[in-house]
Amino acid sequence: MTELMTGRMIGVDVGGTFTDVFVLDEVRGRASVAKVPTTRPDQSGGFLNGIGREVDDLSSISVVVHGTTAGTNALLERKGAKTGVICTEGLRDVLEMRRRDRPRTWGLRGDFEPVVDRRNRLEVPERILADGTIRTTVDLDAVRNAAKILLDQGCEAVAVLFANAYANTENEDQAVAALRAVWPNDHVSASSEILPEIREFERFSTTALNAYLQPEVSGYLGRLERALVDGGFDGEFMIVQSNGGVMAVETACRLPVRTALSGPAAGVIAAGYIAQSAGFDNVITGDMGGTSFDVSLIAEGQSMLSPQTAIDFGMVVRTPMIEITTIGAGGGSIAWVDKGSLLNIGPESAGSDPGPVAYGLGNDRPTVTDANIVLGRIDPDNPIGGALERLDVEAASAAIDKQVAEPLGLTTLEAAEAILRVANSRMAGAIRLVSIERGFDPKRFAFMPFGGGGALHAGAMLAEVGIARAIVPRYPGVTSAMGCVIADMRQDFVQTINTLVDQLDEKALGRFMQDHVNDGMALLDAARTRFEARAIDFVLDMAYIGQTHTVSVPLTVTVEGGEVTPPSQSEICEAFDQAYEADFGRLLPNGVRRILNLRSSVTGRRPKFDLTTLAPEQTASGGEQPVKPYTARRVHFGTDWYDTAIYDRLSLPIGTVIPGPAILTQPDTTVLIEPGLEGRVDRFGNTIIEPVEDAT
Amino acid sequence: MTSPSTDPITPSIDPITLSVLAGRMEQIADEMDATLFRAAFNPIIAEAHDASHGLYHADSGDTLVQGKSGLPIFVGVMAFAVKAVIEKAARDGDLEDGDIYIFNDAHIGGTHLSDMRLVRPYFRDGKLFCYLASVGHWHDVGGAVPGNYNPAATDVFQEAFNLPPVKLVRQGVLNQDIVDILLRNTRLPQSAMGDLNGQLGALDLGIKRMDELLDEYGSDTISAALEVLGHRAEALMRSELSDLPDGRWEAEDYLDNDGVSDSPLTIRLSLEIKGDQMSLDFTGSSPQCAGPVNIALPTTVATAYVAIKHVFPALPANAGVMRPITVKVPENSLLSAEFPAPTGGYTETILRMIDVVFSAFAQAAPDRVVANAYGTINALSIAGKRSNGQPWVMFSFYGGGHGASNEGDGLNHGNAPISTATIPPMEILEAAYPVMFRQWALRPDSAGGGQYRGGLGAIYEIEVLEENGAEAFLFGERGRFPPKGIAGGQDAAMNVFTYEQEDGWQVPPLASKMRGIRLAQGQAVRLETPGGGGYGLEAVRQPAGIARDVARGLVSSEEADRIYGTTWREVQP
Repeated sequence: MTELMTGRMIGVDVGGTFTDVFVLDEVRGRASVAKVPTTRPDQSGGFLNGIGREVDDLSSISVVVHGTTAGTNALLERKGAKTGVICTEGLRDVLEMRRRDRPRTWGLRGDFEPVVDRRNRLEVPERILADGTIRTTVDLDAVRNAAKILLDQGCEAVAVLFANAYANTENEDQAVAALRAVWPNDHVSASSEILPEIREFERFSTTALNAYLQPEVSGYLGRLERALVDGGFDGEFMIVQSNGGVMAVETACRLPVRTALSGPAAGVIAAGYIAQSAGFDNVITGDMGGTSFDVSLIAEGQSMLSPQTAIDFGMVVRTPMIEITTIGAGGGSIAWVDKGSLLNIGPESAGSDPGPVAYGLGNDRPTVTDANIVLGRIDPDNPIGGALERLDVEAASAAIDKQVAEPLGLTTLEAAEAILRVANSRMAGAIRLVSIERGFDPKRFAFMPFGGGGALHAGAMLAEVGIARAIVPRYPGVTSAMGCVIADMRQDFVQTINTLVDQLDEKALGRFMQDHVNDGMALLDAARTRFEARAIDFVLDMAYIGQTHTVSVPLTVTVEGGEVTPPSQSEICEAFDQAYEADFGRLLPNGVRRILNLRSSVTGRRPKFDLTTLAPEQTASGGEQPVKPYTARRVHFGTDWYDTAIYDRLSLPIGTVIPGPAILTQPDTTVLIEPGLEGRVDRFGNTIIEPVEDAT
Repeated sequence: MTSPSTDPITPSIDPITLSVLAGRMEQIADEMDATLFRAAFNPIIAEAHDASHGLYHADSGDTLVQGKSGLPIFVGVMAFAVKAVIEKAARDGDLEDGDIYIFNDAHIGGTHLSDMRLVRPYFRDGKLFCYLASVGHWHDVGGAVPGNYNPAATDVFQEAFNLPPVKLVRQGVLNQDIVDILLRNTRLPQSAMGDLNGQLGALDLGIKRMDELLDEYGSDTISAALEVLGHRAEALMRSELSDLPDGRWEAEDYLDNDGVSDSPLTIRLSLEIKGDQMSLDFTGSSPQCAGPVNIALPTTVATAYVAIKHVFPALPANAGVMRPITVKVPENSLLSAEFPAPTGGYTETILRMIDVVFSAFAQAAPDRVVANAYGTINALSIAGKRSNGQPWVMFSFYGGGHGASNEGDGLNHGNAPISTATIPPMEILEAAYPVMFRQWALRPDSAGGGQYRGGLGAIYEIEVLEENGAEAFLFGERGRFPPKGIAGGQDAAMNVFTYEQEDGWQVPPLASKMRGIRLAQGQAVRLETPGGGGYGLEAVRQPAGIARDVARGLVSSEEADRIYGTTWREVQP
């Protein structure tokens, strides 16, 4: 550990229902967690409240890292600022026209409102051609006039969106300089600054959404920072990005669009670290919430990154983000029988309000959680989360009976098992999608459930997908908050190059690489956190000429003393052939190789804490004193009821082996060990669930 | 596997296993789609997803399962491609494990010659179990016009080269002769080879996944599941039809012309619903025409399916859906064209068919359908030679407005109902070809008015930058007859295509189709696409909605006054 980490490190994840706080006290070698209700609309209340639960003196904190959904929520709920756009003549509607897609394939219903009203999208004379030639110099008087109109119309933020600005930033640079001189705040975003990459809709959308989020997110983060400082905090405040790295709060205020998937990304980072510590480099994470099941794959310790996502129809954000595949199968997903007598799960969900039938809050259609309750897998007398007194098993049974059992001619229990089977099969489908379909064999992976409900379904995932084992982290309910403490600092850069390899100007490529390195290193230098190591990675998006989809070609590039030695054309060709062959199995003879984009990332590796800090204190004493369940109840598996032992999970010593059927409980999670499986407590306090070897 | 029948559902498989298997098989088809999209060379497949994959019945060729991400029109038409191969194999008597057939003949396989179909029998334990098929739109397959949208073609030979079903792969061994013939008959052999490899890869993957699935569940269970899924699809369709009133409704709409002579062509429909059955009778439609807007019978049946699936979006992609439905097509009509009639512009005709089905349904149940969408694919190609002699062809389809529904206004600038294609980014086009878009914008006053207005069409104005100039070709429609509103909603604006010449802007004599337009450097073409039709009476539209549209410049104040009167002027937008 470096000398800087003498204080407490705090990770805070603000979710829809709970704000989780993870406190790591490196000096005392202790970790603690707090869960408080999320406050709305201003999440800073819960944030400070949660920290206050665990820490009296904010000056004892060295680092606060925050995984936030403020940006995501502002996008989903359309609560960003009134935003203006200044764009190239003839292109005012690009944001509204999208890529000519539609919300649903079948039915042709639904329309789309962009976040910027057409009245606030103004055109100015200017034009850059695809090769970077300036055809029309930007009319700066028109820019200033547009700014005045937008301000008069009440816009708080503005985005400058010029055609082909990735190829030449001159016109945008001039427009932005003129604009910043008259705009009354910092909320000015330029497309060539946010995303200098070809494809106007994706670049314009990302830039406009950045502007749209800037007032909201920077206001929120500013309030948090002020409150922390007022409380005596003198450490560093950082924000998790969608790519799973952290950035300084100032960077987040400038690039809020990079926080679009901040919270979930932190969870995947933590899951990867926990799994790796426990000896599993290959892991598939599954976060089961009320309405969805989010799956992500980590291979050889590396999370998969996807280049873009759509937050909602037409709201495209293009920044590297941890690839998370979501399907609509959560605890609140509704089970229903269609007119063709087929049992379906979701996509409709009862969410957490009104929630499952058993909550008694007004929903009368059975959910996945109701099936788990009826089968005894969830304790009706001690609902997790602590908001309800008890769960109404009878109501859940009645709903399953009426909506599923009767139409299908099944008993209530058969119907409940059927609901789980179909839900599990859909969840398994999502796991197959991220593994098998990408060429990864799931047998080589461990499954890590987190979130409240995932650990109930771990056994089913082993059976359905052929995964060898599941690893349930010791604190599955606060994984995202823990990820905040673990995540590295990382900055991503992109630049469209768009040239044939044999026409590449190697020096020009080298200059872009150098700029990216310089900018990334400057951000690391400005951080008060020290880094164990720094890493620079370069990737080219390449294809054969005529091909649309590119392959990612990692480059081995020498960087010495911060100086980049650019790769030669032949080195690039070799790297491309290797990557292309790995992706498609064969090369194209006589194919002409083309470079589309350069992607660079600069990472500062933060010191990791020792996960044994979280482990239980005792060690199982070789079976002399077998652990005792605190109670038992009947739980239904397959076609039978089993007397099932219930254990207090957190008190189980290291090395304990619990044969299934069994249930392990902790305040926010239920872990199910099905018959034929066993759960073992590893030295970090994780529960490893595997088939009993001699189970046959 | 047994043949499809109309027997009541036999509980030969438990409903839960069925739910699980339905998802698993759909995932196989989806994964085949994804494999081709990733590997394909040409943007029409890679970006526009003009391709499809599925599983088809061993005896009948009927669709059993089809991918969700491919082009909607293929959902119905692929069965005909498989049927053609089944007939060919029966004639030759040499179907073997490891064979793959290939063909593009549109008269037996539907759609047009650009669509290359690969069909592969799947054997299990030495017995034919089902077929897998892959179809994709190749960039160029010969013929008179690059990209194969030849608006003046009068037979298939002027459109492209014609390949009947032949064995591309015999017992696992590729027949290089066929590949050589294919590559000699395209302007873009590298693109064709890339796409062919992608399709072969998708079929390989499908076989592998089927093996895994049958290993896990056994062939009896899968056969039973496939049969029951067909029954289930049929039961769903019957149930939907029973919910609708009985009766007979008529609708009629027109194509501008066939690209050869300037007279409109009629598509007429008489829709009848009786209990749990429905018939679509196209008697009264125009006879087969000289130009390429003919379609072959397989395409007509498939289009009926696409239209129906838009009306009932929850129905599965399974042939069982069509069992309660009769499609009647008169002989010698443009909806049942005979070889060698040209079919290259099939997209325009099937879009009009869908419009007509919607217009008829709107009379039966206005809340179940949306008003007409923009109704033309607008295939525009601009081609030329660079100063270094390199030829270039910029080929793309363009968007327009969607129809309004009882739920709200139509979508601005959507894709065609037969497609899920996205449009290539302007910057990608400008980087690849010597053109510049002067305008890429919504088209004000293009939507049909009503209680809910249609979506807006678009304006694309494209200037040629190449000093050698270029030639432009357009294959469009809706230049003479506007997209229709429903339930009292108004019609949208028509398609307007103009091109710049020395003496100003010109209009093509055939309105929406033209070939060989010479453009000098600095001259442009301009496409103003139709919006969507309106829903419901204009008098019911909220004045605030009208005022907002005017403030946003989507509707001009004059047009608003004309459609809705002037009460909106008293409302704050």
